[in-house]
Amino acid sequence: MEDNVLLKIEGLHASVDGKPILKGVDLTVRRGEVHAIMGPNGSGKSTLSNVLMGHPKYEVTAGQIVFKGEDIKTLSADQRARKGIFLAFQYPLAIPGVPVAKFLRMSVQAVRGKEIPIIEFRNQLKEKMKLLEITDAFSGRYINEGFSGGEKKRHEILQLCLLQPELAILDETDSGLDIDALKVVANDIEKSRSPERGILLITHYQRILNYVQPDVIHVLAGGKIIKSGGKELAQELENKGYDWVLKEAAPAVA
Amino acid sequence: MAPKTNLAPKDYKYGFHDVESNIFKSGKGLTKELIQQMSHMKNEPEWMLKFRLKSLETYEKKPMPAFGNTALLSELDFQNIHYYVRPSEKTEKNWDEVPEQVKNTFEKLGIPEAERKFLAGVTAQYESEVVYHSIQADLTKQGVIFLGMDDAVKQYPDIVKKYLGTVIPPGDNKFAALNSAVWSGGSFIYVPKNTHVEIPLQAYFRINSENMGQFERTLIITDEGSDVHYIEGCTAPTYSSDSLHSAVVELIAMPGSKIRYTTIQNWSNNVYNLVTKRAVAYQDAAVEWIDGNIGSKLTMKYPAVYLMGKGARGEVLSIAYAGKGQHQDAGAKMIHVAPHTTSTILSKSISRDGGRTSYRGLLHVEKGAEGCKANVRCDALLMDEASRSDTYPTMEINEQNVSVGHEATVSKIGEEQMFYLRSRGLKEQEAQSLIVNGFIEPFVRELPMEYAIELNRLMQLEMEGSIG
Repeated sequence: MEDNVLLKIEGLHASVDGKPILKGVDLTVRRGEVHAIMGPNGSGKSTLSNVLMGHPKYEVTAGQIVFKGEDIKTLSADQRARKGIFLAFQYPLAIPGVPVAKFLRMSVQAVRGKEIPIIEFRNQLKEKMKLLEITDAFSGRYINEGFSGGEKKRHEILQLCLLQPELAILDETDSGLDIDALKVVANDIEKSRSPERGILLITHYQRILNYVQPDVIHVLAGGKIIKSGGKELAQELENKGYDWVLKEAAPAVA
Repeated sequence: MAPKTNLAPKDYKYGFHDVESNIFKSGKGLTKELIQQMSHMKNEPEWMLKFRLKSLETYEKKPMPAFGNTALLSELDFQNIHYYVRPSEKTEKNWDEVPEQVKNTFEKLGIPEAERKFLAGVTAQYESEVVYHSIQADLTKQGVIFLGMDDAVKQYPDIVKKYLGTVIPPGDNKFAALNSAVWSGGSFIYVPKNTHVEIPLQAYFRINSENMGQFERTLIITDEGSDVHYIEGCTAPTYSSDSLHSAVVELIAMPGSKIRYTTIQNWSNNVYNLVTKRAVAYQDAAVEWIDGNIGSKLTMKYPAVYLMGKGARGEVLSIAYAGKGQHQDAGAKMIHVAPHTTSTILSKSISRDGGRTSYRGLLHVEKGAEGCKANVRCDALLMDEASRSDTYPTMEINEQNVSVGHEATVSKIGEEQMFYLRSRGLKEQEAQSLIVNGFIEPFVRELPMEYAIELNRLMQLEMEGSIG
């Protein structure tokens, strides 16, 4: 099974503005697997996703991020994207004046490393939008400008479907959504599952796991993964909160 | 003549120059004798010579502007400028008659091609003179006059005499006085009543010599119920010492008429661009200045609209880009004289590599101009820490019953925006270009398609060139 390993994180330490946030994260994701990473606020969840994508503000101080057998920790975000890593943002940013379709075509071309004729691209985009039940008018709007919370998250998933990454990191894609929007987005995530793809689902709440079935659930706290388990772990967290896991792992966290 | 050291940055593709083969080139500096000589060479009527000489006196008395980048202004050496350079004998109607080398320059700049494809008329000015001029025959039949300004003085002296200097008197400012004294070239347009010029007319201004002064003079009059769209473009070779471009543009929009005046200024970074542009709009008339400033060393330009008649509308939509060693001091002025007039100013600026942009604006409402609406918005985008942007808005509102809006934003190109785009595979400069193109989109969408494409391409070159 070792050759099916897509991502292997070992002893990862990272800091932002000199402040250590991740303090030794170990995690292995194989192709076809969905891993949920849960944790209380301030546990380092968003730092982990930013560090994996290569945000310049975060500094890796120790450890490795091995993606498809190569340590990628010195690569820029765009190099990582071209290697097949994708991050669905918790707070996608507006880029005024740039139409979604133009951005998506540039992005798909950059990631695939080749020119795609505009007609061909339009057809691909239409197909994916249809799959995700997104209206045509969407592609003419400016990136995330005036988008509702749900629209922003669906735009992220649309990018996931177009870019076809091997590793998709979804950073709190469920946050800020009402239950209907959550179902829609969860459904979109399910559609993006593939035997070739590993998915890291980062979330604060258990509720999205009612709609997306992860293979493994990890609890991140104090910059470390302190517990891993199956679906039952999520339910336990929902019922009892995070305190008992934190207590149980107290020596490790301290 | 050996080619001079070309200091053009690799991204300024218009920085080439021709070997000079002028019919006349004045020595450096401005004198009364030169003005008499050029007026004589142009075979001008006596009243024009008088206008020039009186303006020269005004120019000599007027102080330099006390605002803007006075340090850069003080570096401008008026004694080191050739004020009149005559490249050819007369304005030609056929490109084949234009001196070979001048024609080749305009070919390189794509002017004849643009003319064939999407223009109704063209004025091409090289140094001090209009070397080529054309207008579609059906426009002439409708009574539309489109001429080089020098020809207009001879062919339509009554109209020129009646309106020249009425919108911008020579005494308005030092550079308006200078232009009035030594003006040469530029366009004259008159559109008769209820005539619609559907396709744009264009003028293209090219400086070739080093230390050249170009002083074109433009006057556009739209009679009642008519409209016209005029576009101007400008480029120059890159030299190590300075040139001066100082134009005066007067627009007169009669009741119910409309003028759109579009500028894409891309002077090389050794050109001082000190221009006075002003319009008057009478009842229900509209004047739109679409003003793009990409090039030059220092630009000082504040297109103005005097809203003289009820229901008149003024609009300024501008972008300014300042890279290394550039200062774009641009803005707009809206003067509401009559009631129920409206004005909109949207100014966008981008500074990078230590470049500097300023928005300098005036919004004035006269007492009694009730029911006016005015809206001003300035957005500045800073690409790095070394760059600078300032806003100098002045408001003089002398009437209670008006609606005035003002908004100014300064944003730095965000690390988070960049990370977002780069996480989608875009390289640093691709991500920057995309953000910049998006930022100027409200401007670009107002341009005819051919210009929109060209402007986006230009901006992309600026982005690429400065990242190296």
